[in-house]
Amino acid sequence: MNNLQHLFSMHMVLSTLRLAIPLTLASIGSVICERSGIINLGIEGMMLSGAFGAVFGTHISGSPWIGMLVAILVGGLFGLIHALLCIRYRTNQAVSGVGINIFASGITIVLCQVVWNKEGLSGEVTAIPNVTVPGLSQIPVIGRLFEKQSPYLFITLVIVAVSWYVMYRTKVGLRLRTIGDNSKAAATAGVNVTRYRYVSVIICGMLCGLAGSFLSIVQSNLFVKDMVAGRGYIALAATIFGGWNPLGSFLASLLFAFSQALRINIELDIPEQFLQMLPYLLTMVVLIIAGRKVKGPQESGDIKD
Amino acid sequence: MYAVEMRGITKRFGSFTANDHIDFCVEKGEIHCLLGENGAGKTTLMNILFGLYHADEGELIINGKSVTKHSARNAFLCGLGMVHQHFMLVDALSIWENVIIGNEPGRFSIDRKESIRQVQAIADSYNFNLNVEEKVSELSVGMKQRVEILKTLYRGAETIILDEPTAVLTPQEVDQLLDIFRDMKKQGKTIIFITHKLNETKAVSDHVTVLRAGKSVHTVNTADVTVNELAGMMVGHEVSFELERVANEPGEVVLSLQNVRLLPNAQNTVSLDVRAGEIVGIAGVEGNGQKQLEEMLLGLLKCKEGKISLYGEEISSWPTRKRVEKGISYIPSDRYQRAILPGFSILDNYLLGNQFDEHYVPHGMIDYRVLEERAKDLMKSYDVRAVDEKQSIGSLSGGNQQKMVLSREASKDAGFVLACQPIRGLDIGAIQYIREILLKLRRQGKAILLISAELTDIFQLSDRIAVLYKGELMDMRKNEEFTTQSIGLLMAGQKGEA
Amino acid sequence: MSREKKAGSGRWASGLQNIWLSVVAILLSLVITSVIMAASGNNLAEAYSALFKGAFGSRNAIANTLAKTVPLIFVGMACAFSNKGGIFNIGCEGQLYSGALAAAVAAIFLQGAPRILVIPAAFVAGMAAGMLVGGLNGFLKAKLQINEVLVAIMLNYIMRYLTSYFVHGPLKDPEASVAQTVAMDDSYMLTKLVPKTQLTTALLLALVIAVLMYFFFMKTRTGFNIRAVGENRLAAQASGIAMSSTIVLTMAVSGALAALTGVTEVLGKTGKFVDGFSPGYGFTGIAVAVLGRNNPAGVLLSALLFGIMESGAMKMSYVAGVSTSMIKVMQGLVILFVATPNLVSFLKRRKGEKKGE
Repeated sequence: MNNLQHLFSMHMVLSTLRLAIPLTLASIGSVICERSGIINLGIEGMMLSGAFGAVFGTHISGSPWIGMLVAILVGGLFGLIHALLCIRYRTNQAVSGVGINIFASGITIVLCQVVWNKEGLSGEVTAIPNVTVPGLSQIPVIGRLFEKQSPYLFITLVIVAVSWYVMYRTKVGLRLRTIGDNSKAAATAGVNVTRYRYVSVIICGMLCGLAGSFLSIVQSNLFVKDMVAGRGYIALAATIFGGWNPLGSFLASLLFAFSQALRINIELDIPEQFLQMLPYLLTMVVLIIAGRKVKGPQESGDIKD
Repeated sequence: MYAVEMRGITKRFGSFTANDHIDFCVEKGEIHCLLGENGAGKTTLMNILFGLYHADEGELIINGKSVTKHSARNAFLCGLGMVHQHFMLVDALSIWENVIIGNEPGRFSIDRKESIRQVQAIADSYNFNLNVEEKVSELSVGMKQRVEILKTLYRGAETIILDEPTAVLTPQEVDQLLDIFRDMKKQGKTIIFITHKLNETKAVSDHVTVLRAGKSVHTVNTADVTVNELAGMMVGHEVSFELERVANEPGEVVLSLQNVRLLPNAQNTVSLDVRAGEIVGIAGVEGNGQKQLEEMLLGLLKCKEGKISLYGEEISSWPTRKRVEKGISYIPSDRYQRAILPGFSILDNYLLGNQFDEHYVPHGMIDYRVLEERAKDLMKSYDVRAVDEKQSIGSLSGGNQQKMVLSREASKDAGFVLACQPIRGLDIGAIQYIREILLKLRRQGKAILLISAELTDIFQLSDRIAVLYKGELMDMRKNEEFTTQSIGLLMAGQKGEA
Repeated sequence: MSREKKAGSGRWASGLQNIWLSVVAILLSLVITSVIMAASGNNLAEAYSALFKGAFGSRNAIANTLAKTVPLIFVGMACAFSNKGGIFNIGCEGQLYSGALAAAVAAIFLQGAPRILVIPAAFVAGMAAGMLVGGLNGFLKAKLQINEVLVAIMLNYIMRYLTSYFVHGPLKDPEASVAQTVAMDDSYMLTKLVPKTQLTTALLLALVIAVLMYFFFMKTRTGFNIRAVGENRLAAQASGIAMSSTIVLTMAVSGALAALTGVTEVLGKTGKFVDGFSPGYGFTGIAVAVLGRNNPAGVLLSALLFGIMESGAMKMSYVAGVSTSMIKVMQGLVILFVATPNLVSFLKRRKGEKKGE
C-alpha cells in the first residue's frame, strides 16, 4: 500500500522529470539528426564528452554556466566530426558512431589524468544550483514544479516545445522532414541538403553535450569515467519509441525515466534488471510489431546521391 | 517563338554517345512529344535541358536567350519544371506541404492557411480534383502525379517536362492526364511530353520529335503522320549484317506458360510455349509486363495466377535455385543489377549461378582448378577481353561484361535460355556477336525466350514472335507473318489487320 | 560513368590498396595519439618503450599479450563474418554475454562429469546461445526487414541485463559479494599454454577458426553465397541463393563466433560468469574487423595490435604516467580513420585540384 501511494507521489513525478532531462535532450538531438538522414550511434560518446566539457569549463572559469557552454561546444565539435565523416567522406555511419564512443570514452579519462591527475575522476566543481521561481512556486501542487528545481528542467521543456514547433510549423522543419524521407525531392526543390545535414548533426551533438553536462554539473559536481552509462542508447531507443518526433521523444523519455525512478525510489518485487531492460524491450517490441510500417525517416542511415 | 531550342546537342559517357547532334525545338504554348525507345537518349536530353547534365557540344536557347552556364537552379529560373518518372514526394506529408517545399509562404513559420489557399487555387484552376490537405500516402498513383505537376505550376513553371508520365497510369488515368495537358495548354503553358506510346502521342501533341539510338530522326507535325508511320520512325531499321537462321524443326515443348497474369490489372492472361531449338521473341514497348515475365520465370516475383512449366513439370512455386538447377540460363535485362558481382573476380563471377553444380562445387567445396580451366576456355572462345581471370569484372567494359555473362549462361547445361534485352547498351560489334551466339544456342537445340525492345533483334533471331502490350499477348505468329508496320501497330495496342 | 570508376583493378591491386589504407589509418592515429601524449607532458620515448616492454618484456608479458589478443580475435572474426555478408553486427556484446552465461551454466550444471565431456558441452551451449541471439537478429532483418543495427543495440542491453539478472538472482554465488556464478571445477578450465599466465589453448582455437574462416570464404559454396549476398543481393538472388536463410545463417554464425569470446573468457580466465565482464569487446571487435578489412589474416594482425596496446598500457601507465585509456583513444581514432577510405585518398590527392562533382 505504502508503495502504491509512493508510486504516484509528487516525489516520483519530480524524480521522473529529472531523470528524463538528459534522455529527452539527447533524444531530440537524435531525432533532428535522423531526420536529416544520418544515424547517430555516437550519442553516448557525445554526451560523455559534454559531461567532461562541462566540468572542465567550470573548473577553468569557475562558473558552471560557462561549463554548460563548453559542454555544448564540445558536443557540437563531436557532431561536426560525425557530420564530416558521414557526409563528406561517406564513412559508414554506424562505424563512425562506434568510433566516436570509444574515442570519447578514452579521451575523457586521459584528460582527467592530465587536468586533475586522477584516473577516471575529476576534481569537484561548482554545480548549477537549483532555482525557485518566485510566485509560481506558491501555486498549490503545481508549485512544487517551480520550487528548487534545476534550470535544466525549464531549458528542456523549452527545447521540447521549440523543437516541436520548428519541426512541424516552420519552413526549416518541413524541409528537414523532407530530407529525411526523400532527399532528392528536397534537392530538386532547391533545398541545400548538405547544409541541412551538417547543421542537424551539429545541433544533435550540441544537445547531446548539454544532456551530458546535466549529469556532471547538475546531478553531481564532478566527472566520473563512463558516467553516461548507456543513457545515450536509451535516448536512441526513445527516438524510435517516440516515432522520430520531439514530443514523442519527450514522452518516451518520461516513460523510460519512470522505470528508472521506480528502480531508485521504490522497493518492488520486480528485479531491477528488468526495469533497466524495459526501454530496450519496449523499443524492440515496437520495432517488431510495427515492423515495416513504422519507419523513421526513410533514408536515415543511408545517404544517397 | 520557341520556348526551348536545343541545337546540335551531343553528350558522351565514356565511349558511349547518348546524344549525337540532336536538334530539338519546342514552340511556346504547344504540346510537344519526345518519342523514342528506351535508351534512345530521351532522358539524357531532358537532363541536359534541365541542367542536370552538361552537353559536350551544342547550343541551348531558352525563351530566345542563349544559355551558357546552365544548372538546375537556372532551369528553374528560366521557368522550366520537370516531373520525373519516379515521384519526388514525401508520403508522410500532405499535398500542400509537398507542393510548397522550397518556396514556402511566410518568413520563418509557415503560413498554413495561405499555403493551403494558394495551392488549392492552382489545383482548382486546372481541374486537378485534389483536396490539398490530404496526405500523399493516401493518393492513387494518378493523383500523385498531379501533385508533381502541381509542384511545377506552384513554382511558376511555364514549360513543363514530363518524363514517361503515363507509364504508371491506368487507361482512365491516362485520359484524364491528357485532358489536364489540354487544360494547361489552354492557359498558355508549354508541355514537353516524353513517351514511347504512339497513341498518346497522336492523341494529344502538336509536334513530335522522334529519337532513335541517340539521334533525332524527325520532327513532324502530329497531324501529318499516322500512328503507323510513327512506329516506323521510332523503331527504324538499322543496317546490319544478315544473319543466317537456318530453318529447323523445333522439338519438344520446354517452357510453357498457361494463363499467367503478368500485370494485376491486365484483362487477359498469357499462355505460350517455347520448344527446343526455337527462339520465341517477345516484342513490345518496355513496361508492358516484360519485367514481370522475366522475374516470374526465375521465381523472383511470385506468379499468383497461372502455371509455369519446365519440361512438363510445374515450377510456379519453386524457389529460384530449384528452377536454375532444373535448367534455366538467364541473361537478365539489368546486367549490372542481376548478373554480376562487380567487385569480384571474373573467376568468381563464372561461379555465380553455377555454385550448385556438383561439377564445379563437389560436396560444397569449390574446385577452382576446374573453374579456372573452364573460365579460361570460355573467355577465349567468347572473346572476353581482360588481363586475366582474376581481374575484377567491374573494371571490364559493358560489352565484355555481357560476353562474360553470356558465356557463363550459354555454357550451362540448361535446356531453356531466358535472354532479356541482351544487347542493351552495347556497341555494334558486340551486338552482332551476341546475336550470333543466340543463334548458335538455337542450333544446339535450346529453347530460347528472347525479350527485347529492339525490333531488329526480334526479327533477325526469332522463329515466332509474340507482342506484349499492357501485360497481354496481342498476337503470336511466325516471324514471316509480321512486318515492321504490323508489329508497330500491335505494340501500340492496335489490333486489326496485321 | 560511375560504374567504371567504382571498379578496382584486379585482386592484388585492391588487396594492396586495403593494406595501405589500414597502415595509413594506424599511422595517422599514432601521430594524433602521440601529439596528445606529448601535449599532456609525457615523454614519448619513455611511454612507447614502456608499452613495448609491457607487451613483450618477458615470456609472461608476451603470453599475456597473446591472452589479451584472443577475445579480440573471436569478436573480430564475428564482425568480419557478418560484414562479408553485408550485414553490420553491432550486437556482439549481447551475443558474447549470452554465450558466456550459457557456457558457465553448462559447466556448473555438469559438475562432476569428466572434463572431456564438460568442455565441449560448455562450448556447444555457449555457441548455441550466441547463435540464437544472432540468428534472431538476422531473422528479424530477413523476414520483417527491421534494421539490424537498431535491433542489435536493443538486444545488447536486453542480454546484458538478462544475464545480470541471473547472476544477481537465481544463479548467484551465495558466498560472493559481487554478482557472479559459483566457480566451476578447475579441471574444466582450458589448459594453460604458459603457466601462471592467462594464455590458454583458446589461442589455438582462435587460430584454427581463423584458418577455417579463410577456407570457408575462399573454398566453400556457402561461403561464396554469403560473400555474393554481401556484394550484390539482387544478383545473388537471381543465381538461386535463398536470401532469408543466408541472412539468418550469416548472423547466427557471427553470433556463435562472438559467443566464443565469452565462452573462452569463462573457461580460460575467470572460471565463472561475472556480471558485466566485457570491457566493450563487441565494439572493439568492430574496430578489429574494419581494420583487418574483414580478412581473417587481417583480423589476426589487428587483434594482435590491439592486444599489444591493451597489454602494454598498464606498464605505460605506471612507468610513463600515461593513462591506460590512451589505448581507447587510439582505438577510436583507428576506427574513424580506417572507416573513412575517402579521407585517405583525399590526403593522397590533396595537392591535386579538388575533385569535381
